[in-house]
Amino acid sequence: MTAFNHVQTAHCETGVISNMFRHYGLTISEPMAFGIGAGIFFGHLPFVKVNGVPGTTYRIWPGAIFSRVCKRLGVKMESRKFSSPDKAMQALDEMIAKGIPVGMQSSVYYLPYFPPSYRFHFNAHNLVVYGKNGGDYLVSDPIMETVTTIDRENLIQARFAKGFPEPKGKMYYPLEVPGKVDLKEPIKAGIKQACYYMLKIPVPMFGVKGIRFLAKRVQKYPEKEGDRRAGLYLGNIIRMQEEIGTGGAGFRFMYAAFLMEAGALLQNEALKSIGKDLTAVGDLWRNFAFEAGRVCKARAANNISYKELGNMLLHIADEEEKIFRRLSNVKLA
Amino acid sequence: MKKDEVPQDGDNMHHGTFKQLFYAVDQSGEYTPVTSVGWEPENVALGQAWEEVELRVQETRDKVLAGELSPIAYYMERTLLDLPLLARKVGKFQWQVKRHMQPDVFRKMKRNLIERYAGIFAISADVLQKGELLPFQRPL
Repeated sequence: MTAFNHVQTAHCETGVISNMFRHYGLTISEPMAFGIGAGIFFGHLPFVKVNGVPGTTYRIWPGAIFSRVCKRLGVKMESRKFSSPDKAMQALDEMIAKGIPVGMQSSVYYLPYFPPSYRFHFNAHNLVVYGKNGGDYLVSDPIMETVTTIDRENLIQARFAKGFPEPKGKMYYPLEVPGKVDLKEPIKAGIKQACYYMLKIPVPMFGVKGIRFLAKRVQKYPEKEGDRRAGLYLGNIIRMQEEIGTGGAGFRFMYAAFLMEAGALLQNEALKSIGKDLTAVGDLWRNFAFEAGRVCKARAANNISYKELGNMLLHIADEEEKIFRRLSNVKLA
Repeated sequence: MKKDEVPQDGDNMHHGTFKQLFYAVDQSGEYTPVTSVGWEPENVALGQAWEEVELRVQETRDKVLAGELSPIAYYMERTLLDLPLLARKVGKFQWQVKRHMQPDVFRKMKRNLIERYAGIFAISADVLQKGELLPFQRPL
């Protein structure tokens, strides 16, 4: 049976990258993968509704970190989708029989080992299957503390869940992993891209502008949406900020950890200092979630509290803008 | 966030079995992974999301009992689905699924379609056809 060195991580995509590459002798920490893949982001999408509630994201769209990290580190991946569950399971069996751990996209709704209260229809979760024990598959799910198992039926359901983004049995594994990589250029490219997405992307709902966009909408929630919807919308902003595998403040801390690690590696004091300041912005996000949680709990929407929450977001937007402006000016020789 | 500030507000959302990982700063100013059993605002938001599900299930149940909607509508809510997702799963257009939520249309529905819906709702086709409304159990 294939041995797989499972390490718990904060986020599924960067976790799978880190765990999978380590299996092939390429050691990349989760924050380093997040930074090289330019994972940090903000987007508020009022027209993309799930159960009638507008979506908010604190990181780049699913799959982007993975493909960027592979490109920048020179890892060749094979990714396959399938028309039928039988073919998909057969292909999986063949790969693990060869001792190759396989990453796959799945829906958390069908993962029996997941905490039940988190099992909503979310289709962009990543995990690694590395072996088989009788009829059960051995799973390294990066957000779980230890390895676990899943039965064939549930795994099929999770791999072929309908709805956006549809997994269609997607599985992936490296064909070629370089043993040693110079991280300097990948770090530079990742930082450059993150700055572009946070500062310059020409979409008003994205990046620092997106935080301001959300701030203004939050301030209008009570009058536009009424008590129940205002509370729900706000609750969703918190959930997307903190819940497993999403994590808004969490992503700020992870990016700060990346900047510190990159600063130490490249002996660049400016990166370290920006990392420290981004930690403070992560704390602002946590304060926001804390206050928003109190407003949610109070239920009755009042204009003043929503106004204040909007102001907190505007302040966060200003601070993030400063951080990424400084970052875009750091000279990485 | 400092290491000793990582929240540990367990209220059983994680069922005592799961700890989430965060990156936090230790005494020397370096980032280090720390696990957390939960955080109050997140617990509030998650609890609220489940309350909303319960409310919708209850409202839809009332409408089914009042003869305004078919059991398809009830089970859609009970399975945490919305109209676009259910339509996608059953392989129909949204307007078709909406029609299936009309009690008259539902009564004349073909058995194989009932079976397809029942599979999505993880219940038996007989239960669905008879219009039995199995209770909803929130996983908390």
